[in-house]
Amino acid sequence: MSEAAAQPPIERGGWSGVAWALRRDLRLALRSKAELGVQLLFYVVVVSLFPLGVGADPMLLRALGPGVLWVAALLASLLSLPRLFAADFADGTLEQIALSPYPLPALISGKILAHWLTTGVPLAALSPLLALQFGLDGSELVALAAGLVLGTPTLSLLGAIGAALTLGLRAGGALLALLILPLYVPILIFGAGAVEASRVGLAAGGELSVLGAALLVAAIGAPLASAAAVRIALD
Amino acid sequence: MRLSSINWFKFASPASFFPLAGHLARWFAVLAVPLAAAGLWLGLVVAPTDAQQGDAYRIIFIHVPAAWMSMFIYLVMAAWCALSLTLNARLSAMMAQALAPTGALFTVIALWTGALWGRPAWGTYWAWDARMTSELILLFLYLGYMALRHAIDEPRRADRASAVLALVGAVNVPIIYFSVKWWNTLHQGATVSLTAAPKMASIMLTAMLLMTFAAWFYAIAVAMVRVRAIILERERRTSWAGALAGAAR
Repeated sequence: MSEAAAQPPIERGGWSGVAWALRRDLRLALRSKAELGVQLLFYVVVVSLFPLGVGADPMLLRALGPGVLWVAALLASLLSLPRLFAADFADGTLEQIALSPYPLPALISGKILAHWLTTGVPLAALSPLLALQFGLDGSELVALAAGLVLGTPTLSLLGAIGAALTLGLRAGGALLALLILPLYVPILIFGAGAVEASRVGLAAGGELSVLGAALLVAAIGAPLASAAAVRIALD
Repeated sequence: MRLSSINWFKFASPASFFPLAGHLARWFAVLAVPLAAAGLWLGLVVAPTDAQQGDAYRIIFIHVPAAWMSMFIYLVMAAWCALSLTLNARLSAMMAQALAPTGALFTVIALWTGALWGRPAWGTYWAWDARMTSELILLFLYLGYMALRHAIDEPRRADRASAVLALVGAVNVPIIYFSVKWWNTLHQGATVSLTAAPKMASIMLTAMLLMTFAAWFYAIAVAMVRVRAIILERERRTSWAGALAGAAR
Protein backbone atom coordinates (compact mmCIF):
# COMPACT_ATOMS: atom_id res chain seq x y z
CA MET A 1 0.00 0.00 0.00
CA SER A 2 1.42 3.34 -0.93
CA GLU A 3 2.13 6.00 1.65
CA ALA A 4 -0.52 8.36 0.32
CA ALA A 5 -3.33 5.80 0.35
CA ALA A 6 -2.65 4.86 3.98
CA GLN A 7 -3.15 8.41 5.16
CA PRO A 8 -6.50 9.14 6.78
CA PRO A 9 -8.72 11.67 5.01
CA ILE A 10 -7.99 15.25 5.99
CA GLU A 11 -10.27 16.37 8.79
CA ARG A 12 -10.38 19.97 9.92
CA GLY A 13 -11.73 21.22 13.22
CA GLY A 14 -15.10 22.93 13.55
CA TRP A 15 -13.84 26.19 15.04
CA SER A 16 -11.26 26.80 12.35
CA GLY A 17 -14.06 26.22 9.84
CA VAL A 18 -16.19 28.86 11.54
CA ALA A 19 -13.24 31.27 11.51
CA TRP A 20 -12.42 30.59 7.86
CA ALA A 21 -15.97 31.15 6.61
CA LEU A 22 -16.37 34.19 8.85
CA ARG A 23 -13.19 35.82 7.49
CA ARG A 24 -14.10 35.05 3.89
CA ASP A 25 -17.67 36.33 4.06
CA LEU A 26 -16.70 39.42 6.04
CA ARG A 27 -14.07 40.30 3.45
CA LEU A 28 -16.57 39.79 0.61
CA ALA A 29 -19.20 41.87 2.39
CA LEU A 30 -16.80 44.72 3.14
CA ARG A 31 -15.82 44.89 -0.51
CA SER A 32 -19.39 45.76 -1.47
CA LYS A 33 -20.13 48.33 1.21
CA ALA A 34 -22.78 50.00 -0.92
CA GLU A 35 -24.93 46.86 -0.69
CA LEU A 36 -24.74 46.93 3.10
CA GLY A 37 -25.64 50.61 3.09
CA VAL A 38 -28.71 49.95 0.95
CA GLN A 39 -30.01 47.40 3.44
CA LEU A 40 -29.59 49.84 6.29
CA LEU A 41 -31.33 52.53 4.25
CA PHE A 42 -34.21 50.16 3.60
CA TYR A 43 -34.65 49.85 7.36
CA VAL A 44 -34.60 53.64 7.80
CA VAL A 45 -37.08 54.23 4.96
CA VAL A 46 -39.57 51.57 6.12
CA VAL A 47 -39.51 52.92 9.68
CA SER A 48 -39.96 56.50 8.41
CA LEU A 49 -43.01 55.53 6.35
CA PHE A 50 -45.08 54.55 9.38
CA PRO A 51 -45.58 58.02 10.86
CA LEU A 52 -46.64 59.20 7.39
CA GLY A 53 -49.19 56.40 7.28
CA VAL A 54 -50.68 56.56 10.77
CA GLY A 55 -50.26 60.24 11.63
CA ALA A 56 -47.89 62.17 13.83
CA ASP A 57 -49.74 61.89 17.14
CA PRO A 58 -46.87 61.46 19.67
CA MET A 59 -48.86 59.14 21.96
CA LEU A 60 -49.77 56.87 19.04
CA LEU A 61 -46.21 56.82 17.72
CA ARG A 62 -44.85 55.99 21.18
CA ALA A 63 -47.25 53.05 21.38
CA LEU A 64 -46.51 51.85 17.84
CA GLY A 65 -42.75 52.43 17.98
CA PRO A 66 -41.52 49.09 19.38
CA GLY A 67 -43.63 47.06 16.96
CA VAL A 68 -42.76 49.18 13.93
CA LEU A 69 -39.03 49.09 14.64
CA TRP A 70 -39.09 45.34 15.13
CA VAL A 71 -41.22 44.55 12.08
CA ALA A 72 -38.92 46.71 9.96
CA ALA A 73 -35.94 44.84 11.40
CA LEU A 74 -37.59 41.54 10.44
CA LEU A 75 -38.14 42.77 6.88
CA ALA A 76 -34.61 44.15 6.57
CA SER A 77 -33.23 40.83 7.78
CA LEU A 78 -35.45 38.96 5.33
CA LEU A 79 -34.32 41.17 2.46
CA SER A 80 -30.65 40.46 3.13
CA LEU A 81 -31.03 36.68 3.42
CA PRO A 82 -30.45 35.76 -0.25
CA ARG A 83 -26.92 37.22 0.16
CA LEU A 84 -26.07 34.29 2.45
CA PHE A 85 -25.92 31.53 -0.16
CA ALA A 86 -27.32 32.69 -3.50
CA ALA A 87 -24.13 34.10 -5.06
CA ASP A 88 -22.03 31.17 -3.85
CA PHE A 89 -24.65 28.78 -5.20
CA ALA A 90 -24.79 30.50 -8.60
CA ASP A 91 -21.02 30.36 -9.26
CA GLY A 92 -20.46 26.91 -7.79
CA THR A 93 -18.52 28.07 -4.71
CA LEU A 94 -21.11 26.52 -2.42
CA GLU A 95 -20.42 23.11 -3.92
CA GLN A 96 -16.71 23.49 -3.21
CA ILE A 97 -17.50 24.65 0.32
CA ALA A 98 -19.63 21.55 0.86
CA LEU A 99 -16.76 19.34 -0.37
CA SER A 100 -14.14 20.97 1.86
CA PRO A 101 -12.65 19.05 4.81
CA TYR A 102 -14.29 21.40 7.29
CA PRO A 103 -17.65 20.28 8.71
CA LEU A 104 -20.39 21.98 6.68
CA PRO A 105 -22.42 23.15 9.72
CA ALA A 106 -19.30 24.95 11.00
CA LEU A 107 -18.76 26.73 7.69
CA ILE A 108 -22.41 27.73 7.61
CA SER A 109 -22.17 28.99 11.20
CA GLY A 110 -19.30 31.20 10.09
CA LYS A 111 -21.31 32.50 7.14
CA ILE A 112 -24.30 33.21 9.39
CA LEU A 113 -22.07 35.00 11.90
CA ALA A 114 -20.65 37.16 9.11
CA HIS A 115 -24.18 37.86 7.88
CA TRP A 116 -25.23 38.96 11.35
CA LEU A 117 -22.16 41.17 11.85
CA THR A 118 -22.84 42.97 8.57
CA THR A 119 -26.64 43.28 8.84
CA GLY A 120 -27.88 42.72 12.40
CA VAL A 121 -25.23 44.72 14.25
CA PRO A 122 -25.52 47.92 12.14
CA LEU A 123 -29.28 47.64 12.43
CA ALA A 124 -29.13 47.35 16.21
CA ALA A 125 -26.66 50.24 16.36
CA LEU A 126 -28.88 52.48 14.25
CA SER A 127 -32.16 51.59 15.95
CA PRO A 128 -31.89 53.90 19.01
CA LEU A 129 -31.61 56.87 16.65
CA LEU A 130 -34.79 55.83 14.82
CA ALA A 131 -36.51 55.09 18.12
CA LEU A 132 -36.02 58.74 19.09
CA GLN A 133 -38.25 59.67 16.15
CA PHE A 134 -40.99 57.63 17.79
CA GLY A 135 -40.59 59.35 21.12
CA LEU A 136 -38.98 56.43 22.89
CA ASP A 137 -36.22 57.30 25.34
CA GLY A 138 -34.00 56.15 28.19
CA SER A 139 -34.52 52.55 29.20
CA GLU A 140 -36.68 51.85 26.14
CA LEU A 141 -33.76 52.62 23.83
CA VAL A 142 -31.56 50.28 25.85
CA ALA A 143 -34.19 47.53 25.74
CA LEU A 144 -34.63 47.99 21.99
CA ALA A 145 -30.93 47.85 21.20
CA ALA A 146 -30.29 44.95 23.59
CA GLY A 147 -33.27 43.06 22.14
CA LEU A 148 -32.02 43.59 18.61
CA VAL A 149 -28.49 42.51 19.56
CA LEU A 150 -29.91 39.29 21.04
CA GLY A 151 -32.68 38.79 18.47
CA THR A 152 -31.12 39.58 15.10
CA PRO A 153 -28.63 36.66 15.25
CA THR A 154 -31.61 34.35 15.73
CA LEU A 155 -33.23 35.94 12.68
CA SER A 156 -30.08 35.26 10.64
CA LEU A 157 -29.91 31.68 11.94
CA LEU A 158 -33.56 30.85 11.18
CA GLY A 159 -33.36 32.73 7.90
CA ALA A 160 -30.37 30.67 6.81
CA ILE A 161 -32.57 27.56 6.82
CA GLY A 162 -35.08 29.24 4.52
CA ALA A 163 -32.37 30.73 2.30
CA ALA A 164 -30.83 27.28 1.85
CA LEU A 165 -34.18 25.61 1.17
CA THR A 166 -35.11 28.11 -1.56
CA LEU A 167 -31.75 28.06 -3.36
CA GLY A 168 -32.22 28.28 -7.10
CA LEU A 169 -36.02 28.22 -7.01
CA ARG A 170 -38.43 30.32 -9.01
CA ALA A 171 -40.03 33.11 -6.98
CA GLY A 172 -37.43 32.42 -4.32
CA GLY A 173 -37.81 35.78 -2.59
CA ALA A 174 -41.55 35.70 -2.02
CA LEU A 175 -41.38 32.02 -1.09
CA LEU A 176 -38.63 32.80 1.43
CA ALA A 177 -40.90 35.36 3.11
CA LEU A 178 -43.74 32.84 3.35
CA LEU A 179 -41.45 30.18 4.83
CA ILE A 180 -39.52 32.31 7.28
CA LEU A 181 -41.77 35.10 8.59
CA PRO A 182 -44.05 32.71 10.56
CA LEU A 183 -40.94 31.32 12.27
CA TYR A 184 -39.90 34.88 13.21
CA VAL A 185 -43.07 35.41 15.26
CA PRO A 186 -41.64 34.48 18.69
CA ILE A 187 -38.63 36.78 18.18
CA LEU A 188 -40.92 39.65 17.19
CA ILE A 189 -43.15 39.08 20.22
CA PHE A 190 -40.37 38.99 22.77
CA GLY A 191 -38.27 41.70 21.09
CA ALA A 192 -41.13 44.17 20.90
CA GLY A 193 -42.30 42.94 24.30
CA ALA A 194 -39.00 43.95 25.90
CA VAL A 195 -39.40 47.54 24.69
CA GLU A 196 -43.06 47.56 25.64
CA ALA A 197 -42.25 46.33 29.14
CA SER A 198 -39.74 49.10 29.76
CA ARG A 199 -42.18 51.60 28.26
CA VAL A 200 -44.74 50.79 30.93
CA GLY A 201 -42.02 50.80 33.61
CA LEU A 202 -41.39 47.07 34.03
CA ALA A 203 -38.04 45.31 33.86
CA ALA A 204 -37.25 43.91 30.41
CA GLY A 205 -34.96 41.19 31.78
CA GLY A 206 -37.45 38.37 31.29
CA GLU A 207 -38.04 39.03 27.60
CA LEU A 208 -34.33 39.52 26.95
CA SER A 209 -33.61 36.21 28.68
CA VAL A 210 -36.11 34.46 26.42
CA LEU A 211 -34.45 36.06 23.37
CA GLY A 212 -31.09 34.81 24.65
CA ALA A 213 -32.48 31.30 25.16
CA ALA A 214 -33.94 31.30 21.65
CA LEU A 215 -30.54 32.39 20.32
CA LEU A 216 -28.81 29.48 22.06
CA VAL A 217 -31.29 26.93 20.73
CA ALA A 218 -31.14 28.37 17.21
CA ALA A 219 -27.33 28.58 17.28
CA ILE A 220 -27.19 24.82 17.81
CA GLY A 221 -30.09 23.68 15.63
CA ALA A 222 -30.13 26.09 12.70
CA PRO A 223 -26.62 25.42 11.28
CA LEU A 224 -27.41 21.68 11.25
CA ALA A 225 -30.74 22.21 9.49
CA SER A 226 -29.17 24.70 7.05
CA ALA A 227 -26.37 22.26 6.26
CA ALA A 228 -28.95 19.56 5.52
CA ALA A 229 -30.86 22.00 3.30
CA VAL A 230 -27.70 23.06 1.44
CA ARG A 231 -26.83 19.42 0.74
CA ILE A 232 -30.36 18.85 -0.57
CA ALA A 233 -30.07 21.88 -2.85
CA LEU A 234 -26.69 20.69 -4.17
CA ASP A 235 -27.82 17.14 -4.91
CA MET B 1 -44.09 -16.80 13.23
CA ARG B 2 -40.83 -15.28 14.41
CA LEU B 3 -40.69 -11.52 14.37
CA SER B 4 -37.63 -11.52 12.16
CA SER B 5 -39.47 -13.47 9.48
CA ILE B 6 -41.95 -10.65 8.96
CA ASN B 7 -41.07 -8.28 6.17
CA TRP B 8 -41.57 -5.02 8.07
CA PHE B 9 -41.01 -2.93 4.99
CA LYS B 10 -43.46 -4.73 2.70
CA PHE B 11 -45.83 -1.78 2.57
CA ALA B 12 -43.02 0.75 2.32
CA SER B 13 -42.99 -0.03 -1.37
CA PRO B 14 -45.42 2.12 -3.34
CA ALA B 15 -46.37 -0.86 -5.52
CA SER B 16 -47.58 -2.97 -2.60
CA PHE B 17 -49.02 -0.03 -0.69
CA PHE B 18 -51.15 1.14 -3.62
CA PRO B 19 -53.86 -1.59 -3.31
CA LEU B 20 -53.77 -1.42 0.51
CA ALA B 21 -54.34 2.35 0.33
CA GLY B 22 -57.39 1.68 -1.83
CA HIS B 23 -58.88 -0.66 0.78
CA LEU B 24 -58.02 1.72 3.63
CA ALA B 25 -59.61 4.64 1.79
CA ARG B 26 -62.81 2.67 1.26
CA TRP B 27 -63.10 1.38 4.82
CA PHE B 28 -62.32 4.66 6.53
CA ALA B 29 -64.77 6.50 4.28
CA VAL B 30 -67.43 3.89 5.14
CA LEU B 31 -66.70 4.44 8.85
CA ALA B 32 -66.60 8.24 8.62
CA VAL B 33 -70.04 8.70 7.07
CA PRO B 34 -72.18 7.07 9.83
CA LEU B 35 -70.01 8.65 12.53
CA ALA B 36 -70.52 12.10 11.00
CA ALA B 37 -74.25 11.44 10.59
CA ALA B 38 -74.62 10.31 14.21
CA GLY B 39 -72.46 13.18 15.48
CA LEU B 40 -74.39 15.80 13.52
CA TRP B 41 -77.73 14.34 14.58
CA LEU B 42 -76.72 14.32 18.27
CA GLY B 43 -75.13 17.76 18.02
CA LEU B 44 -77.71 19.60 15.94
CA VAL B 45 -80.96 17.85 16.97
CA VAL B 46 -80.62 16.03 20.29
CA ALA B 47 -78.24 18.29 22.24
CA PRO B 48 -80.09 20.99 24.23
CA THR B 49 -79.84 24.69 23.37
CA ASP B 50 -77.18 26.43 25.43
CA ALA B 51 -78.52 28.75 28.12
CA GLN B 52 -76.10 31.60 27.35
CA GLN B 53 -75.15 31.19 23.71
CA GLY B 54 -78.36 29.84 22.22
CA ASP B 55 -78.02 27.68 19.15
CA ALA B 56 -74.88 29.46 17.95
CA TYR B 57 -72.72 27.20 20.12
CA ARG B 58 -73.59 24.21 17.90
CA ILE B 59 -70.82 25.23 15.54
CA ILE B 60 -68.33 23.73 18.02
CA PHE B 61 -69.26 20.29 16.69
CA ILE B 62 -67.47 21.31 13.51
CA HIS B 63 -65.03 23.82 14.97
CA VAL B 64 -63.38 21.81 17.73
CA PRO B 65 -62.77 18.61 15.71
CA ALA B 66 -61.38 20.72 12.84
CA ALA B 67 -59.03 22.57 15.19
CA TRP B 68 -57.83 19.34 16.78
CA MET B 69 -57.29 17.71 13.42
CA SER B 70 -55.40 20.71 12.05
CA MET B 71 -52.77 20.37 14.78
CA PHE B 72 -52.79 16.57 14.84
CA ILE B 73 -52.29 16.30 11.08
CA TYR B 74 -49.31 18.66 11.26
CA LEU B 75 -47.70 16.36 13.83
CA VAL B 76 -48.42 13.27 11.73
CA MET B 77 -47.06 15.04 8.66
CA ALA B 78 -43.89 16.00 10.51
CA ALA B 79 -43.51 12.40 11.69
CA TRP B 80 -43.76 11.13 8.09
CA CYS B 81 -41.22 13.78 7.09
CA ALA B 82 -38.82 12.59 9.79
CA LEU B 83 -39.24 9.01 8.54
CA SER B 84 -38.66 10.07 4.96
CA LEU B 85 -35.44 11.90 5.89
CA THR B 86 -34.01 9.18 8.12
CA LEU B 87 -35.02 6.11 6.12
CA ASN B 88 -34.93 7.91 2.77
CA ALA B 89 -38.28 6.28 2.00
CA ARG B 90 -40.25 7.63 -0.92
CA LEU B 91 -43.61 6.52 0.41
CA SER B 92 -43.20 8.43 3.69
CA ALA B 93 -42.64 11.64 1.74
CA MET B 94 -45.69 10.88 -0.40
CA MET B 95 -47.77 10.41 2.77
CA ALA B 96 -46.63 13.79 4.08
CA GLN B 97 -47.44 15.37 0.73
CA ALA B 98 -50.90 13.76 0.76
CA LEU B 99 -51.68 14.99 4.28
CA ALA B 100 -50.75 18.65 3.84
CA PRO B 101 -53.84 19.85 1.88
CA THR B 102 -56.20 18.10 4.32
CA GLY B 103 -54.41 19.70 7.25
CA ALA B 104 -54.61 23.12 5.63
CA LEU B 105 -58.32 22.54 4.92
CA PHE B 106 -59.05 21.73 8.55
CA THR B 107 -57.09 24.82 9.63
CA VAL B 108 -59.20 27.00 7.34
CA ILE B 109 -62.40 25.36 8.61
CA ALA B 110 -61.31 25.92 12.21
CA LEU B 111 -60.55 29.60 11.55
CA TRP B 112 -63.71 30.15 9.52
CA THR B 113 -66.10 28.49 11.97
CA GLY B 114 -64.27 30.23 14.79
CA ALA B 115 -65.00 33.58 13.17
CA LEU B 116 -68.66 32.65 12.66
CA TRP B 117 -68.91 31.58 16.28
CA GLY B 118 -67.01 34.58 17.58
CA ARG B 119 -69.50 37.03 16.10
CA PRO B 120 -72.50 36.00 18.28
CA ALA B 121 -70.42 34.83 21.25
CA TRP B 122 -67.86 37.63 21.58
CA GLY B 123 -69.35 40.24 19.26
CA THR B 124 -66.42 40.14 16.84
CA TYR B 125 -65.31 37.95 13.97
CA TRP B 126 -61.67 38.14 14.89
CA ALA B 127 -59.78 38.80 18.09
CA TRP B 128 -56.03 38.41 18.48
CA ASP B 129 -56.64 35.60 20.89
CA ALA B 130 -53.69 33.28 21.49
CA ARG B 131 -55.37 30.26 19.97
CA MET B 132 -56.67 32.05 16.90
CA THR B 133 -53.33 33.69 16.25
CA SER B 134 -51.38 30.47 16.53
CA GLU B 135 -53.95 28.69 14.36
CA LEU B 136 -53.43 31.39 11.73
CA ILE B 137 -49.67 30.90 11.90
CA LEU B 138 -50.22 27.15 11.59
CA LEU B 139 -52.10 27.85 8.35
CA PHE B 140 -49.09 29.87 7.11
CA LEU B 141 -46.83 26.91 7.95
CA TYR B 142 -49.05 24.55 5.93
CA LEU B 143 -49.14 26.99 3.01
CA GLY B 144 -45.36 27.46 3.17
CA TYR B 145 -44.86 23.69 3.11
CA MET B 146 -47.11 23.29 0.06
CA ALA B 147 -45.62 26.31 -1.71
CA LEU B 148 -42.09 24.98 -1.23
CA ARG B 149 -43.14 21.59 -2.63
CA HIS B 150 -44.71 23.24 -5.65
CA ALA B 151 -41.69 25.44 -6.32
CA ILE B 152 -39.32 22.47 -6.68
CA ASP B 153 -39.68 20.51 -9.89
CA GLU B 154 -37.61 17.52 -8.96
CA PRO B 155 -39.75 15.28 -6.67
CA ARG B 156 -36.92 13.87 -4.55
CA ARG B 157 -35.51 17.31 -3.79
CA ALA B 158 -39.03 18.53 -3.05
CA ASP B 159 -39.50 15.60 -0.63
CA ARG B 160 -36.38 16.33 1.33
CA ALA B 161 -36.51 20.12 1.32
CA SER B 162 -40.13 20.23 2.45
CA ALA B 163 -39.36 17.57 5.08
CA VAL B 164 -36.68 19.83 6.60
CA LEU B 165 -39.16 22.71 6.59
CA ALA B 166 -41.92 20.64 8.21
CA LEU B 167 -39.57 19.50 10.98
CA VAL B 168 -38.33 23.04 11.67
CA GLY B 169 -41.99 24.09 11.79
CA ALA B 170 -42.87 21.26 14.17
CA VAL B 171 -40.16 22.39 16.59
CA ASN B 172 -41.49 25.93 16.33
CA VAL B 173 -45.20 25.23 16.77
CA PRO B 174 -45.08 24.92 20.60
CA ILE B 175 -42.71 27.91 20.84
CA ILE B 176 -45.05 29.99 18.69
CA TYR B 177 -48.06 28.88 20.72
CA PHE B 178 -46.51 29.81 24.07
CA SER B 179 -45.06 33.09 22.85
CA VAL B 180 -48.41 34.12 21.37
CA LYS B 181 -50.16 33.11 24.59
CA TRP B 182 -47.67 35.17 26.62
CA TRP B 183 -48.01 38.13 24.26
CA ASN B 184 -51.77 37.90 24.49
CA THR B 185 -51.85 38.03 28.29
CA LEU B 186 -49.53 41.03 28.20
CA HIS B 187 -51.46 43.04 25.65
CA GLN B 188 -55.07 42.33 26.47
CA GLY B 189 -56.89 42.24 29.72
CA ALA B 190 -59.33 39.49 30.58
CA THR B 191 -61.36 39.01 27.43
CA VAL B 192 -63.59 36.00 27.00
CA SER B 193 -61.58 32.97 27.93
CA LEU B 194 -62.13 29.72 26.13
CA THR B 195 -60.34 27.72 28.78
CA ALA B 196 -62.85 28.64 31.46
CA ALA B 197 -65.78 27.35 29.42
CA PRO B 198 -68.66 25.96 31.46
CA LYS B 199 -68.80 22.23 32.00
CA MET B 200 -70.11 20.52 28.96
CA ALA B 201 -73.12 18.26 29.04
CA SER B 202 -72.22 14.66 28.34
CA ILE B 203 -74.43 14.54 25.23
CA MET B 204 -72.46 17.41 23.73
CA LEU B 205 -69.21 15.68 24.57
CA THR B 206 -70.44 12.48 22.88
CA ALA B 207 -71.43 14.40 19.77
CA MET B 208 -68.07 16.16 19.69
CA LEU B 209 -66.15 12.89 20.06
CA LEU B 210 -68.21 11.31 17.28
CA MET B 211 -67.45 14.27 15.02
CA THR B 212 -63.77 14.10 15.94
CA PHE B 213 -63.56 10.45 14.91
CA ALA B 214 -65.52 11.24 11.75
CA ALA B 215 -63.05 14.02 10.90
CA TRP B 216 -60.13 11.73 11.69
CA PHE B 217 -61.38 8.89 9.50
CA TYR B 218 -62.28 11.33 6.74
CA ALA B 219 -58.72 12.68 6.87
CA ILE B 220 -57.31 9.15 6.58
CA ALA B 221 -59.63 8.25 3.70
CA VAL B 222 -58.86 11.44 1.76
CA ALA B 223 -55.13 11.14 2.40
CA MET B 224 -55.24 7.56 1.07
CA VAL B 225 -57.06 8.63 -2.08
CA ARG B 226 -54.58 11.45 -2.56
CA VAL B 227 -51.55 9.24 -1.91
CA ARG B 228 -52.80 6.81 -4.55
CA ALA B 229 -52.91 9.64 -7.06
CA ILE B 230 -49.43 10.78 -6.03
CA ILE B 231 -48.07 7.22 -6.31
CA LEU B 232 -49.53 6.79 -9.79
CA GLU B 233 -48.20 10.14 -10.92
CA ARG B 234 -44.68 9.59 -9.63
CA GLU B 235 -44.39 5.90 -10.49
CA ARG B 236 -45.98 6.23 -13.92
CA ARG B 237 -42.80 5.07 -15.62
CA THR B 238 -42.65 1.77 -13.69
CA SER B 239 -44.03 -1.39 -15.24
CA TRP B 240 -46.64 -2.09 -12.52
CA ALA B 241 -48.12 1.40 -12.74
CA GLY B 242 -48.09 1.18 -16.53
CA ALA B 243 -49.89 -2.17 -16.39
CA LEU B 244 -52.45 -0.68 -13.99
CA ALA B 245 -53.05 2.28 -16.26
CA GLY B 246 -53.31 -0.06 -19.25
CA ALA B 247 -55.87 -2.23 -17.47
CA ALA B 248 -57.93 0.81 -16.59
CA ARG B 249 -57.85 2.13 -20.10
